[in-house]
Amino acid sequence: MSPVIAVENLSKKYVIGHQKQERYTALRDVLANGAKRFTYKLIHHFAAPENDPTHEEFWALKDISFDIQQGDRVGIIGRNGAGKSTLLKILSRITEPTTGKVKIKGRVASLLEVGTGFHPELTGRENIFLNGAILGMSNAEIRKKFDEMVAFAEVEKFLDTPVKRYSSGMYVRLAFAVAAHLEPEILVVDEVLAVGDAEFQKKCLGKMSEVGSEGRTVLFVSHNMNAIEQLCKAAMLLDRGEIRHFSADVREVVKEYLFGTHGGRTVGHWLNSGGEFSNPWFKPLKFQITDEQGNGIVMPVRNDQEIWVTLEAEITELDPALTIGYAIYTDDGTPLYWSYQTDEAEHKWPRLEKGTCTLRSKIPSRLFNEGDYRLELLGGLHYREWLFEPGKSVPSITLQIRGGLSDSPYWMVRRPGILAPALGWEVAR
Amino acid sequence: MRTDELIIEAGRAERHYWKDLWRYRELFYFLAWRDILVRYKQTVIGLAWALIRPFVTMVVFVVVFSKLAKLPSEGVPYPILVFAALLPWQFFSSAFSGAGDSLISNAGMISKVYFPRLVIPTSAVIVSFVDFLISGIILVGLMLWYGFAPDWRIVTLPLFIIIAFAAAMGAGLWIAALNVKFRDFRYIIPFVVQFGLYVSPVGFSSAIIPEQWRLLYSLNPMVGVIDGFRWAILGGNSQLYLPGFLLSLFLVLVILVTGIVYFRKTEKTFADVI
Repeated sequence: MSPVIAVENLSKKYVIGHQKQERYTALRDVLANGAKRFTYKLIHHFAAPENDPTHEEFWALKDISFDIQQGDRVGIIGRNGAGKSTLLKILSRITEPTTGKVKIKGRVASLLEVGTGFHPELTGRENIFLNGAILGMSNAEIRKKFDEMVAFAEVEKFLDTPVKRYSSGMYVRLAFAVAAHLEPEILVVDEVLAVGDAEFQKKCLGKMSEVGSEGRTVLFVSHNMNAIEQLCKAAMLLDRGEIRHFSADVREVVKEYLFGTHGGRTVGHWLNSGGEFSNPWFKPLKFQITDEQGNGIVMPVRNDQEIWVTLEAEITELDPALTIGYAIYTDDGTPLYWSYQTDEAEHKWPRLEKGTCTLRSKIPSRLFNEGDYRLELLGGLHYREWLFEPGKSVPSITLQIRGGLSDSPYWMVRRPGILAPALGWEVAR
Repeated sequence: MRTDELIIEAGRAERHYWKDLWRYRELFYFLAWRDILVRYKQTVIGLAWALIRPFVTMVVFVVVFSKLAKLPSEGVPYPILVFAALLPWQFFSSAFSGAGDSLISNAGMISKVYFPRLVIPTSAVIVSFVDFLISGIILVGLMLWYGFAPDWRIVTLPLFIIIAFAAAMGAGLWIAALNVKFRDFRYIIPFVVQFGLYVSPVGFSSAIIPEQWRLLYSLNPMVGVIDGFRWAILGGNSQLYLPGFLLSLFLVLVILVTGIVYFRKTEKTFADVI
């Protein structure tokens, strides 16, 4: 079967002006530059044309080629500026490529930003018709689906209210409802999930997987790795305008993206560079996040993974009052808890020995939410003195949790809250 | 599934363009409808504004050019003489400035959704055309008031309306496309509109222009349009200076064709520079 979308050697160049803030050209500059160039040519008759130092070329896409088959749901991921939006803009004909060729079979509808063309003064009803027409629906088509859209957006009561009086949630719902009922052969979606409440995001994801299961082709750009993993059958990783990885193994591509994002900056461990933090009792050597086998983990970790906070230390003096542990904070500095090796009943305490000793403690999977956390090493002599006082300059590491929120199809996006435990439910008898 | 294949390539003139334009024909209507609806929302007298402005302008012109300057009136009531010209002029000037700003004020749509960009300035011209039709009521009122009956020439009026439309479209497309790239035109638009009122025969008959200058005067395409309107509406004594009219007509066509060509050439880059 021939592909629905065939992209061959596609490139897109932007010219960035360095001096000007605005993207448009002022006529004055064109005239001035023209005059400058003219005099330059007069003076240097045969000289090669000078490169304009105020303009720099920027290749948003560099010679990319790929095919997409009908019915594929492809997630496109990459850092900001990787070329994702440029690619979608070319596919949806908003801008034209600099070189290369795209062959598309069927109607493309793009959801680059919901609510495009909404006018605040018009009522919900009027905006549905207007927006539908902008997105390429015929009047008859809109009429046919009108009730469905209104029901999807849950705005029945406010149909004749100007949308400027809508809450932002209602506004987004209405906008998405119109776009979601387009029924194109190819649907191009860019970060629609960045808006709206969790409830509505779920609805959108549901609608999108419905579109996909109907045999339509979906291209989906998102920074939400959970949604990509749940919705897409293949993923494409773009990096500085080039395709780094395009494969049906979505999880693998997502992993590469996440690891690449923080590549070279291993935040999951702290290493003693030498004589730091010496005290008469113990010297920390290595403070890190490891797996069960004690191997260091490169951040971020998936939330369904069990991880261990591991401290390797040189113990020089044993003391029954010695407490070692860690404090964990959210990325805005809110303390979550402290934990010491002496937290349980006395007979369960780990026995410390002189010499190099590795202490570790498990953080259960799916306890925290997606996010960044900071762990500080704690240590002291119980009720006598701090060796490693929280908030002071102590060894600290960052724990990043991304993805693996739950196994449920209803829980794909990050919920609010610090904790995100997947708890069991049952019917009480 | 649809089998028609779309090929996107740099610099390729799309075969589908005019077909697309037809497919999006309802968008012309919706955008124009939106602009008209929005324009008079939260106003007290609403649509009456479309009547008051031309009427007051007409009164001022009559006072200045007829009562003070004592200019000849081609044997018809001076208000009708003025209004027959004011109609096409107001249509042209509001279409020109409306189309000029249309792309900028719809920047959000242009950078987010594909549709033939020609729809936007055209809708702006349609909005002005609706205003034109509404203010036509005043002309009918004036004719009744003065008991003035047009002769057979009135049936040729639609022809001149088409010429006025072509002039407004051509100039509107030029200014819209240029305004996207060079915001200087934002300042040129009001200037042209103001200046054009004085160099076009709105408040006076072009018959007062000395014979040897009339061809030169017709280099202003609106001269031909306005003279045509007067010829059709006033009938009788009103004479059409044919060489001048043909020159104006030719210029209108040139502006329209080059306007479409230039617009089509630049529209693919609109999303990048807007």
